[in-house]
Amino acid sequence: MARALIPLAVFALICVFLWIGLSLNPREVPSPLIGKPAPVFELPQLREGDAGASFRSSELKGQVWLLNVFASWCAPCLEEHPYLIDLARRDVVPVYGLNYKDGRQAALDWLGKHGDPYSGIAVDAQGRTGIEFGVYGVPETFVIDKAGIIRFKHIGPLNQRVLDEQVMPLVTSLQQ
Amino acid sequence: MTRTVAALLLLAFSASGFAQEAPPAAQDPVLEKRVMALSEELRCLVCQNQSLADSNAGLAVDLRDQVRELMQAGKSDQEIREFMVDRYGDFVLYNPPMKPATLVLWAGPFVLLVAAAAFLGVYLRRRAKRIDTSDLSADERARARNLLDGDGSGGT
Repeated sequence: MARALIPLAVFALICVFLWIGLSLNPREVPSPLIGKPAPVFELPQLREGDAGASFRSSELKGQVWLLNVFASWCAPCLEEHPYLIDLARRDVVPVYGLNYKDGRQAALDWLGKHGDPYSGIAVDAQGRTGIEFGVYGVPETFVIDKAGIIRFKHIGPLNQRVLDEQVMPLVTSLQQ
Repeated sequence: MTRTVAALLLLAFSASGFAQEAPPAAQDPVLEKRVMALSEELRCLVCQNQSLADSNAGLAVDLRDQVRELMQAGKSDQEIREFMVDRYGDFVLYNPPMKPATLVLWAGPFVLLVAAAAFLGVYLRRRAKRIDTSDLSADERARARNLLDGDGSGGT
């Protein structure tokens, strides 16, 4: 009797492995940058009215901030856009944008049309800063703490669940 | 009908028209060879089943440019691999390094092989034993002979 159960047990084990394996998202590659200092960058500002000729990430030390990698050509960016607008409206954490491999005018038009939630926007026309941050799918969002350490990375569009369950609790605890 | 067939044939043979190696951007063929050789073992993060060398995705082109630039700056292949791993993790390497997190990956197939061999050994030994003991006793032989030679009524 017990012998007859062995194939069943093996089958159940395979099922467990397949269940776990198939429910993983292969696009979500764990970033080695978590817990490491965010790459320091200095880039041109997207908006002309912004103070200073360039965007220096080093000037953001001492506060918790989000870095959102976006582009006007990126369809999922539009999907997450309302959540960023809402974050900006609530004024809980500053969101800085990294305009990734985009045209200046296209980006400005896009923000004009859909709203601009960013406290500052750096232009990464060549995508080099993106490589420094290990960006491979836009949009991506990083949570960076007061010491400039990357604490969290979300790949793909933000949604209410990610914000409520992961981003906001982390931001609140880092801000204290 | 013929139209459909013609269209399908066209589709079937047009795919090879799209396939192409990414064109080299630098003029130096020696450097370009090195770039492509290293790109062969780096994974394109956007199209995960392609190497950087195979892919024409925007990011793959950027990363190849990055590899080329690092080489021009005198970095060794190993330093460039480390550069990529620092940013994208071990996942960019088609040849994952041996470390605690990848132990199952490396040892798993050998563990399975040994387990299967052990199972086969036990199974064969048991079967051999069964064959050994399958000799009939004198009584059984007599009974079998009786059945074979008998009138077929099967009675003993």
